[in-house]
Amino acid sequence: MSLADAFTAVFVSLGAFFFFAGWVGLVRFPDALSRLHALSKADNLGLGLVVIGLLPQASWPFGTLKLIALWLVAVLVGGASAQLLAGAIHAQAAETSTGGEPGRGTEAAPGANGNDKATS
Amino acid sequence: MPDVSLPDPHWADLPLGFALLVLALWLTWTQRDRAAVIGFTGYGLLVAIAWVRLGSMDVALTEAALGGGLMGLLLLTAAARLGEETDQPAPGLPARLSIALLCLGVTLVLAAVVLGLPSPAPNLVAPVASHQAVTELGNPVAAVLIAFRAVDTMLESVVLALAVIVLWSFGADRAWGARPRALHLGPPSPALVFLGRLLPPAGLIVGVHLFWTGADHPGGPFQGGAVLAAMAALLWLARLGEPPRVSDGLTRLGIVVGPLLFLLIGLAGAVIADAFLDYPEALTKPLILLIEAAKTLSVAVALALLVAGPPELPGPMPPRQSGRAAKGVTP
Repeated sequence: MSLADAFTAVFVSLGAFFFFAGWVGLVRFPDALSRLHALSKADNLGLGLVVIGLLPQASWPFGTLKLIALWLVAVLVGGASAQLLAGAIHAQAAETSTGGEPGRGTEAAPGANGNDKATS
Repeated sequence: MPDVSLPDPHWADLPLGFALLVLALWLTWTQRDRAAVIGFTGYGLLVAIAWVRLGSMDVALTEAALGGGLMGLLLLTAAARLGEETDQPAPGLPARLSIALLCLGVTLVLAAVVLGLPSPAPNLVAPVASHQAVTELGNPVAAVLIAFRAVDTMLESVVLALAVIVLWSFGADRAWGARPRALHLGPPSPALVFLGRLLPPAGLIVGVHLFWTGADHPGGPFQGGAVLAAMAALLWLARLGEPPRVSDGLTRLGIVVGPLLFLLIGLAGAVIADAFLDYPEALTKPLILLIEAAKTLSVAVALALLVAGPPELPGPMPPRQSGRAAKGVTP
């Protein structure tokens, strides 16, 4: 196993650990906002570590640049969609507790999906 | 890594297949519209990964862009418009049983057909591979779509233009010439505006790259156009721009330029080459690129307009959306 391969194995494993931690949070955390937090941490850190690990395996320069661009887009879209989902959750909570002000929840959710679509 | 024995990569397919099954069951089970639509979007992305594992990158890209992305957005706007029906009575047991039986029957027949295929399944891979060089395209899928079965592809691009016309015809007469407003879903959140400012430049490059690389690698006009359309929809959702008016001449030109150019070059082929949709040998690659570029534009415009909806949706908004009705959307 060459040095580059060892580097890849270590960093991808670290990334996988963060994804696992995110999954545990997703399953174990009590409310939607904490679960969202766990998920975005896993996305940003886990994917970042996996991308760092894969850098030595990618072709220079375009493969490397594509991997980094991929991570940047994932961070941007992941963060923004987590914000939107959190907004939707807040709006829904306000709606159910006061029983009034409909519509806000339905507004925020399409935005959240707009991001999912953009990633794909 | 020759000195480390890795497990068979096929084991990775087990959790994927399991996740697909569980998500599909949950999707049929859940009664909340919005959750189901978001789940359906995720399902589309999982299906795309399944296609990647099957080696069909082109199908995977299309599934992710259309099945997961634009379709999800369409359904989500529909769900937002309908409002969350909480007190809707569930269908009776006989109806549910018959639906379950019908779905089970379709699944079983499909499974029987797929599992009963001879191995290797009858295909035209060999003839495509032997003639692919004629088209100067490295991607066999692109060669089939744009050259060997060009007539199907042309008809598909016409269907997309027709779909926009049909959608527009749902608009009320008095709204003709107005801007579509199906994506007007209240003031956008700051995060969405931020994303709408940052993502479209990158998406523009990705969309054009998908079209350009489609000649030799997975990608093509449809996938590229879908990404471009998604960027337009994001801009409109974030209210950083407005969909064009239905009466806008440039928009209409954008819808028809792809099919029209395809048809004209095809007809010219009947004169200067040997048959309808045949390309003269010296000009094959440039003509294909020209058609695909125009088609990318038309696909992008048509898909974006399909998401944007008709100029004005007929009928009143449901009573639950009273907050929006008060803003004067409903006459």
